[in-house]
Amino acid sequence: MTSPLRDLVAAVVLLNAVIGLVTYVTLLERKFAARMQSRIGPYRVGPHGLLQPIADALKLMMKEDVVPARSDRWVYNLAPLAFLLPCLLIFATIPFAPGLGLADLNIGVLFFLAVSALEIVGLFMGGWGSNNKYALLSAMRGVNQIISYELPFIFAALVPVVLSGTLRLGGIVEAQRGLWFAAWPVVGQAAFLAYLVAMIAAENRAPFDILEAESELVAGFRVEYSGMKFALIQLGEYAHVLATSYLGALLFLGGWLGPGPAWLGAVWFTGKALVVFLLVTWVRWSFVRIRVDQILAISWKLLLPATLALLLATAGWVAYRGGAGVA
Amino acid sequence: MADLEARRVIELGYAGNERLVMNMGPQHPSAHGVFRAILTLEGETVAAVDAVIGYLHRCHEKLGETLTYVQYPSIASKTDYVAAMTSELAYVLAAERIGRVEVPPRARYLRVTAAELQRVASHCLWLGTWCMDMGGALGGGATLFLYAIREREMLLDLFEALTGARLLYGFHQVGGTRYDLPAGWAEQCRSTLAFVEKRIDEYEAMLEDNPFFLARTQGVGVISPELAQEIGVSGPLIRGSGIAYDIRRAEPYSSYEDFEFRVPVETAGDCWARYRVRMVEFRESIKIVRQALDGLPAGPISSRPGVKSVGQVRIPKGEAYARVEGPRGEVGCYLIADGGPKPYRMKWRGASFSNLAVLPHIIPGHKVADVVAIMGSVDPVFGEVDR
Repeated sequence: MTSPLRDLVAAVVLLNAVIGLVTYVTLLERKFAARMQSRIGPYRVGPHGLLQPIADALKLMMKEDVVPARSDRWVYNLAPLAFLLPCLLIFATIPFAPGLGLADLNIGVLFFLAVSALEIVGLFMGGWGSNNKYALLSAMRGVNQIISYELPFIFAALVPVVLSGTLRLGGIVEAQRGLWFAAWPVVGQAAFLAYLVAMIAAENRAPFDILEAESELVAGFRVEYSGMKFALIQLGEYAHVLATSYLGALLFLGGWLGPGPAWLGAVWFTGKALVVFLLVTWVRWSFVRIRVDQILAISWKLLLPATLALLLATAGWVAYRGGAGVA
Repeated sequence: MADLEARRVIELGYAGNERLVMNMGPQHPSAHGVFRAILTLEGETVAAVDAVIGYLHRCHEKLGETLTYVQYPSIASKTDYVAAMTSELAYVLAAERIGRVEVPPRARYLRVTAAELQRVASHCLWLGTWCMDMGGALGGGATLFLYAIREREMLLDLFEALTGARLLYGFHQVGGTRYDLPAGWAEQCRSTLAFVEKRIDEYEAMLEDNPFFLARTQGVGVISPELAQEIGVSGPLIRGSGIAYDIRRAEPYSSYEDFEFRVPVETAGDCWARYRVRMVEFRESIKIVRQALDGLPAGPISSRPGVKSVGQVRIPKGEAYARVEGPRGEVGCYLIADGGPKPYRMKWRGASFSNLAVLPHIIPGHKVADVVAIMGSVDPVFGEVDR
């Protein structure tokens, strides 16, 4: 049933679908932000600016590839790839509909969380290899922040796992047939909220974007990147945001479940993921950025204890109700 | 050098760490023009800051000696290009003081109207850019920036209708103003002000209930009253530090004594206090403009006949210092006249220049992110700093 050739074709299709979707998600964000700011947004390339992402990609591809003279060339050149790979790899485990996915692993959640945390390597390589003080500071901040928020992110994501009793992403969706986890009183909602906050922080989106912080650090770790390398980093970042949006929709909003025929599942799932994405975008364009020490304080003093307590409480309740798979 | 000086100001908790010297500027997203701050960092904490200015120097004071009293006010606009009405007014006030030139009441009221509208427009820009400093061009800051700029555009429309220009006006001249109000301007002004006032409420609602905004501004960049007086800061900075000093009140010029207004004072001295002062000033300025429009006297707008050549205005021998309360603080102009059509010597006292001098005293000890928040709350315009 699963031949290597079939897997390869599926991987190529998925990769291109993801890249295409990510490209257009940038347009969605730009349009959304523009409406928030009483602007129109991209409008000139194609009808309603629909070809804008393609124009952007072409422009970035044609740009000169500048390598700073005193950079650490190997590290500098490898960083975009090291950043992009885990961001794309995590899509492999997401089932977009029953049976529609590359690999619905029985440790899907674990794989997702572990691989998605790998982006920090590429990020730090970029910050270090650029030999730029802004980039270095940004990379330091990035490591601080991602390590601090990876834990609450994991704890929040584990709440649905405990409730459904499986690490398989498909199983978590099936467990929500009765009620989405986000609709579960208190536990589900608190976990969803914590997931959103930790997701914004782990993705370095405003107001937690101290990593990029262009009013302080110009562009953060990617300040020296141009052309295609910049495009790869940008692609990786949006792919990561999109992937965590998918995961959020899967863990809390019932994944592909929805009215209508089964083939609508993937559409439902993508729609829900985009809702999560727009929630994050809404926050991004409304708040001012907070400071690095305040970000760490929020994580270690508030979010981490809260999510840990939530996870323990959920686990205790599940054990009291008679073991895993109560949902 | 600056490093040692700063160490006296702030004692850091750890010693012996490697330090990183980082340039912020002259080309930097939040340099507010061209400003270079050489930061000495210990980790994220700023140990010392060396402020380098002068990248925008255009020899304004020498230029003042080569241009006549008729020509220079339009150029004076270019010192503080965000609040162009202010420096023009200081220049013509100094010239009028030397020459004992009468200014008709209508012109005085028009000057007040222009100055206060300018204050509102300038504060709009300050609010937007400051929030952009803290929130980033790819974040909530940009949202507020675009909102504030939208309102500033409406005010610039008013200036355009009044003077024909949107940024650099040439509105004031020795003896009065160059233009009278066009037909319908007062109504347009009133409706714009009502609109802007409503929008200011919205900004306050958006910012003051926002915990992130509070966390970024409260307790950050505290200027003590003593420091404020020692450095000679003025405007919203000194009023944010608990000293009720406003030249419109302390030494009224251009008939400010006729108007009812409040001088807002906050005692905390941090970025939040300066923000609050400016937010109240928005409303007070709007109030003053309304009063000026209500009580606008009839009569001529200038005590001098229209000039036929640029050398026609001559000021008798003498010297004078005139100062006005600009949006950023005390803007002063010192003029020495020798009886000819051009001043013998001119010297600017820029509000931004004096306010900027406080930065090396308050920044050390803060994080890098606070540097831009403090810079933005000082609201420097580098055209005025470097002149």
